[in-house]
Amino acid sequence: MALLALVPLVYVASYVVIIGPVDLWELLARPRIAELLRNTVTLAVVCMAATAVLGVALAFLVERTDLPGRRLWHGLLVAPLAVPAFVNGYAWVSLDRSINGFTGAFMVVTLSYYPLVYLPVVAMLRRLDPALEESAWSLGHSRARTFRTVVLPQLRPAVLGGALLVGLHLLAEFGALSLLRFPTFTTAIYDQYGSTFNGGAATAMAGVLVLLCLVLLLAELRLRGNRRYARLGRGAARGAVRVALGHGRWPLLAAVGAVVALAVGVPAFSLVRWLAVGTSTEFPVAELVEALVATVALALAGAVVTTLAAIPVVWLAVRHRGWASTVIERSTYVANALPGIVVGLALVVASLRLVPAVYQTAALLVAAYVILFLPRAVVTVRAGLEQAPTVLDDVAHSLGHGPLATARRVTLPLIAPSLGAGAALVFLAISTELTATLMLSPIGTSTLATEFWSASSELRYGAAAPYALLLVLVSIPATVLLMRTDSPATKTERVPV
Amino acid sequence: MTPSPRRATTRASVALAATLLTASTLSGCGVFGSPDLVVYNAQHEQLLDEIVPLFEEESGLDVELRNGKDLEMANQIVEEGGDSPADVFLTENSPAMSIVDNEGLFAELPESATASIPEQYVPADRTWTGFLARSTVAMYNTDTMTEADMPASILDFADPEWEGRVAFSPTGADFQAIVSAVLELEGEEATAEWLAGLEANGVIVQNNLVVMQSVDSGEVDAGIAYHYYWYRDRQENGTDSDSSALHFFGNQDPGAFLSISGAGILDSSENKEAAEEFVTWLTGTEAQQAMAESYALEYPLNPEASLAPEVKPFDELEPPAVDVAALNGPQVTELMTAAGLL
Repeated sequence: MALLALVPLVYVASYVVIIGPVDLWELLARPRIAELLRNTVTLAVVCMAATAVLGVALAFLVERTDLPGRRLWHGLLVAPLAVPAFVNGYAWVSLDRSINGFTGAFMVVTLSYYPLVYLPVVAMLRRLDPALEESAWSLGHSRARTFRTVVLPQLRPAVLGGALLVGLHLLAEFGALSLLRFPTFTTAIYDQYGSTFNGGAATAMAGVLVLLCLVLLLAELRLRGNRRYARLGRGAARGAVRVALGHGRWPLLAAVGAVVALAVGVPAFSLVRWLAVGTSTEFPVAELVEALVATVALALAGAVVTTLAAIPVVWLAVRHRGWASTVIERSTYVANALPGIVVGLALVVASLRLVPAVYQTAALLVAAYVILFLPRAVVTVRAGLEQAPTVLDDVAHSLGHGPLATARRVTLPLIAPSLGAGAALVFLAISTELTATLMLSPIGTSTLATEFWSASSELRYGAAAPYALLLVLVSIPATVLLMRTDSPATKTERVPV
Repeated sequence: MTPSPRRATTRASVALAATLLTASTLSGCGVFGSPDLVVYNAQHEQLLDEIVPLFEEESGLDVELRNGKDLEMANQIVEEGGDSPADVFLTENSPAMSIVDNEGLFAELPESATASIPEQYVPADRTWTGFLARSTVAMYNTDTMTEADMPASILDFADPEWEGRVAFSPTGADFQAIVSAVLELEGEEATAEWLAGLEANGVIVQNNLVVMQSVDSGEVDAGIAYHYYWYRDRQENGTDSDSSALHFFGNQDPGAFLSISGAGILDSSENKEAAEEFVTWLTGTEAQQAMAESYALEYPLNPEASLAPEVKPFDELEPPAVDVAALNGPQVTELMTAAGLL
């Protein structure tokens, strides 16, 4: 699996070698590259910080305070996951053309991606044993200090993992940034590929993008450290004590409401408006159904294959820690920072030269999805497996179960929710994937995303609206699954171990 | 929620069922079936969606479109080489045809396919044929500008007086075709200078429609694009063209460049007969008139067909003489990369 993930890397690396150092330098040492580097790095850093702060703050408000309507807010705060970033970009741009450049990109991307931090932090907050915090209080720590010294460190894997995902998403984001007219390496690579396909300039830029991704991965690895977070026993079967917000609840409620209004309300309003008033609105039912069926079929197949592929990677990374397993786990991430178009191109070249029979088949497209989205499954499944204590395996072994029976009866049930969440994340990602799909899809197959893009990039906003609506509808079940995995309603249904 | 082992098993079987369902759906919706004709289409998808059904009905053939952009698809065909699934390649602009042609991947067209197209729109060796044409124009905002303020040549947009006032879309194959005409007509040095000037002056947007919006909203005074964007908007609802007008350079200026949409048959095609039938139909009077009457408003190249009278007549365009087969895409990309536009 890691080998498959390496195909695009090998492709980029071998082209960089073919180009040679002199030409490479010429392609890279130019003002345009400096501008792209500045844009990409600034946007990534600012958005990662913003999504981390927003994600933790919102998760804390929903999980640990007496904010009114918490269950409703939780649902609404996760909802942006069902709105692809490029649909969000379309919603804003089609309402107001002045939303573009850095400010527009920062706003739209942050509103689209904060759930990637919010969700794992909520999940982690629910799993924390309140006894740890209570011990801290009993030792005289204030609530604020307890949060800083006891809760935050335990949230670290969730926050870092989420922010890493945001960063990787951003490095590879094309649709939204293209609509918002904020050029980064990915949009520039896309433009170059559009003109030259496998030209030197595009590959050189892809090389820089891989380096940026490596920097991000190493930083996360360093910050994450080597701690283990598994615990035996699930603690007391009760939730943590909630902070009473008092009079502060109303401004905070307004703040949460504002986030929801911007992240969900605006896209919904814009979509409904374009459905209703777009003079170019058509409702080609047959085409809509065809694109819908193709999208769901591809996303289901891709989600299942990707999640299955994540299991061995995570198993190695968590249960057999060492440099080799870390390299394998991390190598799967690198491809994620490559834009879909680079992965698509690498697979076009590799399949034509090595296995022409799979060229432009659904199988090759699913392989591209696995490469692109394995990290999402890995991050989620990893969080699950890290909390499954190995001692339970040992107990099963001592009771005479073989490794397979142990996996089936002990480990899999323990990590099942995270498998479901991983598959849901991948499903969401695939149903909105654009560039690799355009390049690799079997002849005659179009998806909701490709049809939406075709209409919206021609500014046929009305014609794009039904596809956007279906994209959102298709994403809802997976989003609900993600939400329910850690729903407040189920938090007391803890199974005693 | 921590599921019981039984629930996990249920989920696994649901997933399995979903996979099986997926596989059967994929095969059911024709993903694995093979059509009579595969067209790699880089022309506007909407146009082909309108006219291909006419051909299918007439010929009884089943046509599959794979949609994309000019240069991307041309390069994809080159990468595919002899294994290309494509039978026919259609582009918006001729440089993409040249990329495929230079690799020797096109088959010679039958005479019937080019009989109704004037010879200046067909390369001498008849490896492909033009089937539609689009005129380069400048759009200008009518609140801030008048026709008299517009420059005599498209090259003048590189002058400092246009700083921050002109929009264009350098990443589009349309603009790159215009650059290739400038290159062919004015030479490398003048082109590089012009591009440097545009890079300094221009407001870069992602496509020609946004060029039109930017001009119409007054964000910029002028923009470079093709004629039909503005006419289409007039025809549809006019919200992006009610405060703007078109300026045709004429006078054989590079800015009056007429870009040719091409159609060619791949030499590797196993459905050549069907492909020849399609290209012959595409250049014939019936299809040309159907395209002329469609939303597209591009100029048909068959003299028997004609556009609605609102569009500036084809014979009044005064385009410069450019050899359709000579436009050089790769060199344009290099020049634009050097200018920092790509």
